[in-house]
Amino acid sequence: MNIADWLVFLGTLGGIAAYGSWRTRQIRSLNTYLKGRRSTGWGTIGLSVMATQASAITFLSIPGQGFESGIGFVQNYFGLPLALIIVSGVFLPMYRRFGVFTAYEFLGRRFDWKTRLLGAGLFLLQRGFSAGITIYAPAIILSTMLGWRLDLIIVFIGFLVIVYTVTGGSEAVSLTQKWQFGVIFVGMVAAFIVLLAELPVGVGFDDALHIAGALGKLQAVDTSIDPSRRYTLWTGLLGGLFLALSYFGTDQSQVQRYLGGDSLRESRLGLMFNALLKIPMQFLILLLGALLFVFYQFERPPLFFNQPEWQRHAQGPAGDAFSTLEQRYVVAVGDSEKAIRVWIQTRTSQDSAMEPIARTTMLEANRETAAIRSEAKAALLAVDPRAKTKDSDYVFITFILAKLPHGLIGLLIAVIFAAALNSLAAELNALSTTTTIDFWRYLHPLAAADEVRNVRVARWFTALWGFAGIAFALLAGFAENLIEAVNIVGSIFYGVVLGIFLVAFFLRRVGGSAVFFAAVAAQSLVITMFLSLNIGYLWYNLIGCAACIAFSMLLQTVLGPCAPADPGCAA
Amino acid sequence: MTGPIPPDQRSTAEPPGLPGFHAWRGVYLFVFGWFVLVVVLLAVFGRIFS
Repeated sequence: MNIADWLVFLGTLGGIAAYGSWRTRQIRSLNTYLKGRRSTGWGTIGLSVMATQASAITFLSIPGQGFESGIGFVQNYFGLPLALIIVSGVFLPMYRRFGVFTAYEFLGRRFDWKTRLLGAGLFLLQRGFSAGITIYAPAIILSTMLGWRLDLIIVFIGFLVIVYTVTGGSEAVSLTQKWQFGVIFVGMVAAFIVLLAELPVGVGFDDALHIAGALGKLQAVDTSIDPSRRYTLWTGLLGGLFLALSYFGTDQSQVQRYLGGDSLRESRLGLMFNALLKIPMQFLILLLGALLFVFYQFERPPLFFNQPEWQRHAQGPAGDAFSTLEQRYVVAVGDSEKAIRVWIQTRTSQDSAMEPIARTTMLEANRETAAIRSEAKAALLAVDPRAKTKDSDYVFITFILAKLPHGLIGLLIAVIFAAALNSLAAELNALSTTTTIDFWRYLHPLAAADEVRNVRVARWFTALWGFAGIAFALLAGFAENLIEAVNIVGSIFYGVVLGIFLVAFFLRRVGGSAVFFAAVAAQSLVITMFLSLNIGYLWYNLIGCAACIAFSMLLQTVLGPCAPADPGCAA
Repeated sequence: MTGPIPPDQRSTAEPPGLPGFHAWRGVYLFVFGWFVLVVVLLAVFGRIFS
């Protein structure tokens, strides 16, 4: 990065953070601090919901996913529009009708205090961990590629978010998310244009799409019912619906985004904005990755995209083996490029006799390059069993640093930071709101009328969660497997929380005691299964939810119909 | 903390206020139709370029 990049990078991030803090510096009302201004429109809500979900890793990993496995990952989002329709039609009207600050406050209204504290506690546990990962995951990639100190990146991201989130609360989060998402949009469009311009002479956009398609990168919809396939239409519709319903319907970091605004209409339109645009947006980011794959068919890519990791081992005792692999790769990439050019020629000249032969040759050449890349990863593992062999996260950043002009490099690095800030700000805001409303105000009911004190407490909790996130991100560097641990913890608790909410919305005869003890039993079951069985942890989402609903119904039957006087009974 | 809260009356029936849509059911059907169209277009896209 040169001076122009630094100016763009620091100017963009610092400017937006300063603007957010300055515009929201005079907020004194708890309602505005936690929910945002009443005048917040659907556009801001929609962008805020979108920005909260799209973390930095989205813009680093998803192009890499398109590069490595093609655009089939888009099916993961197929359940999202359906989930948002359900949230808009069922969850949202209930939240607004009761005028709640948090989703868990609704559980208190519908059931009782113990169910509310259970839901809020599970959220704090899971989201508190992931706030650290939101900082750590992009920081480790940027640190590796840019040579910056990891701890400084973590502290920079953390402090920048703390400044404007503490100052302006939810209002500042929505305001900065809108501008940061604008920067992200401009940056990604610029990267797309540069990528197309960098394709070699004689290879147009149409050719690039045909090459990507022929090499298996553009199969967007897979109707296979083979359970071993990770991304299919069916896993996307079923698993995606379930996950999106949990995330958008019960996770306070999202609920808080759409509870702001003057009316139910604005919130609903904000959600529908996401339902319409999310799949096309993810498709374009994945397509960028597939086109990066085509680009690197004509310009020799590094054998392993995480070059610092590769070089570290290539200079060691196994250097000769690494060098041999690199030489073989250079030859294989050259052969692959020639085969692709021949295939384009036969396709353009509509030579139906030669085209299938050229296609087969091209596919074989491509398989050879892929095989050498696999060998390189195996070689890394052989010299260091702890080596990080997943290099797809480094594909897009490699392209940014190598091919974008100065100024744009700064903008794209700002894009990655902006995405990290967006997600982290929403998380801190949600953690603070839940701690203030569901715990502190519950324990200090007499303080509820003191607006100034409430806002002050919410600010303190925002800062505390921010510092906790920074500390966790700094510690994550010493224990890599924490990232997976956070995902596992999330899956263990997410299902039960969704189960509680589904009972609240759809099983109106089930009361507070039944759902609380059912949730505790379901959670115990999930934890016991986790400790004793060896099944994929994503299944615990489904098991936890189903067990919570089934146990609630069973327990209510045993307890008998809840009396109308029971505050937990929604007769 | 579990006492009743006065419902936000405006929340019960707010029309979408979009041209051509008188009720939210129509908006949801439109979004669902768009979703189906996007999935079909993605399938066609994959078929064309494979």
